[in-house]
Amino acid sequence: MSEKEVKNLEEIFEAKIARDEKIEPKDWMPEKYRKTHIRQMSQHAHSEIVGMLPEGNWITRAPSLRRKVALLAKVQDEAGHGLYLYSATETLGISRDEMFEQLHSGKAKYSSIFNYPTITWADIGAIGWLVDGAAIINQVPLCNTSFGPYARAMVRVCKEESFHQRQGYEIMLTLCNGTEEQKQMAQDALNRWWWPSLMMLGPTDDASTHTEQSMKWKLKRKTNDELRQQFIDQTVPQADILGITVPDEDLKWNEETGHYDFGKIDWDEFWQVVKGHGPCNKERMQTRVNAWENGQWVRDAAMAHADKQADKKVKQAV
Amino acid sequence: MSDNKKNKKEWPLFEVFVRSKNGLEHRHFGSLHAADAEMALENARDVYTRRNEGVSIWVVEAKNIKASNPDENGEMFEPASDKVYRHPTFYDLPDEVKHM
Ligand SMILES: [Fe+2]
Ligand SMILES: [Fe+2]
Repeated sequence: MSEKEVKNLEEIFEAKIARDEKIEPKDWMPEKYRKTHIRQMSQHAHSEIVGMLPEGNWITRAPSLRRKVALLAKVQDEAGHGLYLYSATETLGISRDEMFEQLHSGKAKYSSIFNYPTITWADIGAIGWLVDGAAIINQVPLCNTSFGPYARAMVRVCKEESFHQRQGYEIMLTLCNGTEEQKQMAQDALNRWWWPSLMMLGPTDDASTHTEQSMKWKLKRKTNDELRQQFIDQTVPQADILGITVPDEDLKWNEETGHYDFGKIDWDEFWQVVKGHGPCNKERMQTRVNAWENGQWVRDAAMAHADKQADKKVKQAV
Repeated sequence: MSDNKKNKKEWPLFEVFVRSKNGLEHRHFGSLHAADAEMALENARDVYTRRNEGVSIWVVEAKNIKASNPDENGEMFEPASDKVYRHPTFYDLPDEVKHM
């Protein structure tokens, strides 16, 4: 194809998206569109998968059967989200094994929030409330993104997320209505998860490189800062109901803007964690790689069994 | 098992179709990997119908699907676009004619 022809195709392509038409896997697309989607969607899938680890840590120690079945169901949902997203990404021509390889080698990133530890039961409440809460804010606009398989996967994901957030908030509520010690535990969890949750919505707009292109392709509808403000505005009143304090001395309702003003985010910490120096980066990846490698014989055995059964059928047919 | 390495192949890809309730058609829900069709059905239940989203599941190995090529949509679908006489509005009838 000549350069002019490609340019022409690109214009048709961009116009299609501007008209709110969807792009499907076999449609022509610019290489950059394909690459960007493979990167973002696989990172999203990796986040769902690695995100199971901090919560999985508490399944055996959940304080009641009610809490245990709920947590188990939530973690299973996250596995499902990872699987929807991996298969949607595969439609762009990358294999599942390649994506795993990128995750395990450290080439692909996942949401850095999952590199923080879950040291008390209240952390499970805080994660559902804050981390799933921030995830919902990030994900809802993606239900209308331009790439069909991604948009469809996100519709399923978003339907399932609201239970996650509610179960987390209910845990917090129970702790806050409990003994002084339990309430302290809830406060401590909020103290540790608040700032990382704000960081989850991404670098500030002036430090974010992809925003303009992402807006065009509907990978983004609002900027990181807008999403963060939305998250803060809706979460602070929820903390008030719990009767615990958001760990930000500068947090104040601004009558004029109709939003909360908030303090400075420690972006050094964010970049440190992204670069692999968070409290649990190594442990998370080690657990992932072990699960994959120790499961190899099971995958091989299942494949060998399937091949044998298929052979048998052929022989019987003869 | 010394030929363990040789065995290393990715499980094949299956496309999953689910009937949400009787009276509706099976609809494409997504895809997944499984060693065989049996396992694909079980995995499809766990991945795509955790909340009673279906009453029936079909799985088919993706390589068995022959798909049309969007680059050839012209030859494929344009022949239908100039056949307006296939639509009821093509036929001129006086307003007095009712129920038609
Ligand atoms: Fe999720
Ligand atoms: Fe979730």
